[in-house]
Amino acid sequence: MALTPILTAHWDEPDSHTIGGYRRHGGYDMVPVSLGVHPDEVIALVKESGLRGRGGAGFPTGMKWGFVPQNDGKPHYLVVNADESEPGACKDIPLMLANPHSLVEGCIHAAYAIRANHAFIYIRGEVPHAVRRVTAAVAEAYAAGFLGKDILGSGFDLDIVVHSGAGAYICGEETALLDSLEGRRGQPRLKPPFPAVAGLYASPTVINNVETIANIPTIIRNGADWFKQFGTEKSPGFKLFAVSGHVERPGIYEASLGTTMRELLEYAGGVRAGHELKFWIPGGSSVPMLLPEHLDTPLTYEDMAGLGTMLGTGTPMVFDETTSVVRAISRWMHFYKHESCGKCTPCREGTFWLEQMLERFEAGTAIEADIETVDEICKQIAGRSFCALGDAAATPYAPALKYFREEFLAGTHTSADELFDPVAATVFAGAAAR
Amino acid sequence: MALTEQTRADAVDLAGRYPQSRSALLPMLHLVQSAEGTVTADGIALCADVIGLTTAEVAAVATFYTMYKRHKVGRVHVGVCTNTLCAVLGGDAIWSAVSERLGVGHDEVSADGAVSLERIECQAACTNAPVMTANWEFLDDMDVPRALEVIAKLQAGEEVHSTRGPRIGTFEEVERALAGFPDGLAGEGRNDDKMLAGLTYAKAHGMSAPPGPAASPLAAGAASKTEA
Repeated sequence: MALTPILTAHWDEPDSHTIGGYRRHGGYDMVPVSLGVHPDEVIALVKESGLRGRGGAGFPTGMKWGFVPQNDGKPHYLVVNADESEPGACKDIPLMLANPHSLVEGCIHAAYAIRANHAFIYIRGEVPHAVRRVTAAVAEAYAAGFLGKDILGSGFDLDIVVHSGAGAYICGEETALLDSLEGRRGQPRLKPPFPAVAGLYASPTVINNVETIANIPTIIRNGADWFKQFGTEKSPGFKLFAVSGHVERPGIYEASLGTTMRELLEYAGGVRAGHELKFWIPGGSSVPMLLPEHLDTPLTYEDMAGLGTMLGTGTPMVFDETTSVVRAISRWMHFYKHESCGKCTPCREGTFWLEQMLERFEAGTAIEADIETVDEICKQIAGRSFCALGDAAATPYAPALKYFREEFLAGTHTSADELFDPVAATVFAGAAAR
Repeated sequence: MALTEQTRADAVDLAGRYPQSRSALLPMLHLVQSAEGTVTADGIALCADVIGLTTAEVAAVATFYTMYKRHKVGRVHVGVCTNTLCAVLGGDAIWSAVSERLGVGHDEVSADGAVSLERIECQAACTNAPVMTANWEFLDDMDVPRALEVIAKLQAGEEVHSTRGPRIGTFEEVERALAGFPDGLAGEGRNDDKMLAGLTYAKAHGMSAPPGPAASPLAAGAASKTEA
């Protein structure tokens, strides 16, 4: 395997975020091409490519588009989920900073395919510079005639609204995002009905992740066969892998799906000098952790599922032997408790207790029975809430306990900070000595 | 700072951008916050009036989202990420140092009114951990000395630049940009070494993606439709 800069190919050019920088490399050239064929042909091509959603769940994109009922007399909507907030995920924000036009162009193809004349890009509010870049890109696209009425004389109209969130992880969940976009508290809806049938304003709506949409222009340009030469049969294409944590060169590495974590580590310069890998998490805190023994498993949707975890956002977090697993899990429990929207009792109350019990392990004041109690709370949350936040909160503990039970046992008498000096885990540990 | 006729006109503008005006509520709350520094009862009333909701309905939304502040933040609102990855890589140490220096805890404002502090959750910049924010602009790859240096500059009212974005503006200016009124700063900032890590490695090692076909497979269909 090798790195395959495609979405990232021109990020080193200083004007990569402008329409000039984008057009220099063929940007928007495909707009008249897709607007020149029947929308169903665009859907068919994306289906044939096998592209799967890059937001975490990996649902086939073309199939999602195909679920939108046609000739139903209702307006259709495209909503881009740019609410990147999953702990560990940091690929969509860089993409919007570096090449927002790939997202805007993707919206044009996608909206045309699903017969939407309105698209919304819902960007988390805490990243104003991404909002600026995407807003500017949309304005440039209007000025160049790629958005607005009768785009390039095709008869197709599209308006894009860039919308800022206001600080709520839950709004990355697609139905909570829709409620938020309707001007309400961001709380998830019961499914079905699915958004493809009753989404924004109860109308057919497609919600796609930023990276998913940014893939579309490359598929329109190069076709399904080209796209499928990357990755595997079940996980075609390439991915923005964002490698973070205890590695020498954290960053964005674009490579075929099916690349292994060992290869990504090599690109990233390996685990930081003098240390060894303890555990890693392939795609955000909401997916189960893995060990060094799993480094050679291909990073695909199916292979990660085979290990009992998920590819998720494809943004691996790497932790070395200086890290306390108990401290890591405890902090994530705080996060889920903080971000639970409060709608469903098992999640609202369960995360409340999980946080407190994990704090006891971290402080070294837990009792041995707490190990089973926490497990029981997790089981009471999983599958018992409207959305995946509850499931996510219930996820990290079990694999951590399975792999590092002794650390939880130690939490009955010794604090995590005594067992693992927090200073040693910092990136600036030893900086003073040097 | 106050709500003005211009604020109301801007709110009406926002409401008109959406198929249903209520969709403008989140941007509108950013707008009234940009005018007053916090979301006040008056700001809530303005949103309710423009959209046609009750103040209770608007307050229910405003209190759900962490970015809407009900009491004054500092001239600069500083965030320190203490979610797991940042915390482990140094965020906790940075938090302790900054909190001690300012003499404030989470959601509090320094005595001189210059800086308010918030423990923030994952900021989607994990490759740049530990991460801080100032008025929500990225301060990447921080350590304790640099964090304290930034804090000192912010307290002194000196100019500070975001690592990937623009000069740090006021809280109100940033809120206005979030509301949907561009501030002309989109061109500021740069793509940093973390964003370019893979591309740099690929170029150094002669790696590239295989080229595509000469023409899009859809182009034939587009051409025939044009001829027809």
